[in-house]
Amino acid sequence: MTRFVKNSKEVASGLLIVFLAAFFAWQAMGLPMGRAIRMGPGYFPMILAGLLGLLGLIVLLTGLTLHPVEDENETQKIGFRRWPWVPLGLVTLAVVVFGLGIRPLGLGPSMGLAVFLSTLASRRFKLTTALLSSFIMVAFSWAVFIKGLGLPLPMLGPWLGGY
Amino acid sequence: MEIFDNLALGFSVAVTFQNIFYCFIGVLLGTLIGVLPGLGPVPTIAMLLPITFGLPPVSALIMLSGIYYGAQYGGSTTAILINLPGESSSVVTAIDGYQMARQGRAGAALATAAIGSFFAGSVATFLLAVFAPPLADLALKFGPPEYFALMVLGLVASVALASGSVVKALAMVVLGILLGLSGQDVYTGTPRFTFDMLELADGIEFVALAMGVFGIGEIVRNLEDEHTRTVMVQKVKGLLLSKEDIKRIIGPILRGTFLGSFLGILPGGGAILSSFAAYSIEKKISRHPEKFGKGAIEGVAGPEAANNAGAQTSFIPMLTLGIPSNPVMALMIGALIIQGIVPGPNVVNEQPSLFWGIIASMWIGNLMLVVLNLPLIGIWVRLLTVPYHILFPLIVGFCCIGVYSVNNNAIDVFTMALFGVVGYVLVKLDCEPAPLLLGFIIGPMLEEYLRRAMLISRGDPTVFFTRPISATMLGLAILALVVVLLPSVRKKREEAFQE
Repeated sequence: MTRFVKNSKEVASGLLIVFLAAFFAWQAMGLPMGRAIRMGPGYFPMILAGLLGLLGLIVLLTGLTLHPVEDENETQKIGFRRWPWVPLGLVTLAVVVFGLGIRPLGLGPSMGLAVFLSTLASRRFKLTTALLSSFIMVAFSWAVFIKGLGLPLPMLGPWLGGY
Repeated sequence: MEIFDNLALGFSVAVTFQNIFYCFIGVLLGTLIGVLPGLGPVPTIAMLLPITFGLPPVSALIMLSGIYYGAQYGGSTTAILINLPGESSSVVTAIDGYQMARQGRAGAALATAAIGSFFAGSVATFLLAVFAPPLADLALKFGPPEYFALMVLGLVASVALASGSVVKALAMVVLGILLGLSGQDVYTGTPRFTFDMLELADGIEFVALAMGVFGIGEIVRNLEDEHTRTVMVQKVKGLLLSKEDIKRIIGPILRGTFLGSFLGILPGGGAILSSFAAYSIEKKISRHPEKFGKGAIEGVAGPEAANNAGAQTSFIPMLTLGIPSNPVMALMIGALIIQGIVPGPNVVNEQPSLFWGIIASMWIGNLMLVVLNLPLIGIWVRLLTVPYHILFPLIVGFCCIGVYSVNNNAIDVFTMALFGVVGYVLVKLDCEPAPLLLGFIIGPMLEEYLRRAMLISRGDPTVFFTRPISATMLGLAILALVVVLLPSVRKKREEAFQE
């Protein structure tokens, strides 16, 4: 595999771009095309999807055929194993939890949860600082967004006895 | 002199208590995030966009612009004092600035940076005032084909001038346009790429995309190599420059200002490119090039003037044509749209108080920055000791509430989470996310002008090449692509042949 794939980063990018192009083309197929003089909603997206696919193929072929420029060990490899999977997952989870919690739980709990979950993503996590950060952020967002800007958001949502 | 009338109007708008206050908040925040590494102007402006809803358009834009040029100032402070450029545009400043600081001349370096930035900012603001209105008048004569061609040229040029793979950057632009087309089609109301979700009928929220890619994605990237930041701050003393220093910096500041002003107008230009170009020019024309890298004051003066001038003039295409030249300008256009103002050449004529108010505020803001930066350096430096692991959870929290408050809709929060992952993956694959954002903003306009142009020409695509202005612009775009692609193609061919 390594001999065939000259530059794994390029190949991965190419595959991703081609996949996205196919996805958009598939989505655009369901839309009315119209003709050049009166373009339908699907006309321009279809052209773009084709262009994207072409660009993706170029990237893919470059990665398959051309030899990497500098030292091939470091820059050209994707290095999935060294990806920060845990921080990536935790930060994303924090955001998603906020989105899920904002209606039923209200701003206070969902903000606290989101900040606390994010603090877990750092290697230098400490429970005291994490709790303190969460508390500060909850207090701050209450002061700025609810009191200051008057957003129509309850501190505690309906699940917790709010409105 | 019409321009003085206009500037007077601008100052009358900018010198109200409210607008001076927002200008101050903007430059203060800008300096703050410029000082803090790992937090740039793009996520900050994205985070603050929702807060600006309640403000009048002028105040909102004044504050947001203040963040942008304030960050240029703040970034150079940390670059000089601790060799840690807070912004990518101050990378060059760190080379000679930090060496000067190590030789005990931190004060002189900081003063040079401040003077250079202030001078360049003032000149570039003046250029903006002089050149923007005629450019807008010219743009008003454009029909749909010209606009389409201009946008294509803008997108291609921003790709061509950016670093990294051109093909990938082009792919990112196209992907951005496709994402930008999501939501209801303007002409027929047909939902596109919404997966039958009612919440996506208005398309992907711009703030969610920008915050995801540049806020959340960036956080994960910073967490990747979380190392202890040891801060060794040099003592700052002697802010006054000697006569010899002043003589040495006049030339570089002038050259940097004009180079930066010019490069800032080009799409994809702006502060970063300007500072790099200014440094290499100063090194080339210097009689003592060997001193560069060892604390040459010219190496601080030129790039600092250039990056500030570039930051300032990049407002020209944004305000006159409605075309963003970098992600920050894309956010500014987003802010205009949020305020119900259609970006484009009409802004200058229909919203004179907005246009001239912003320009006047830039000058006031630059003055504030000089005052703010030199005496308060001690405070900024102390801020650097705030560790990132304390900072980033707060940023996550801010992004969450910020993006939610745009539409009071949780779908935007989820969109931001998705684009956080997307942004991280793209950066890992060496696909620059900045062109994606530009494509996203321009996409809907591009489609509209294409459709209108085709309607006018009765479906004949040659219309783009028979009208002289549009043909010239498309020709330039193709030329730019060919030029950029050629050397790399040649290089890669050679490598391929060597096997």
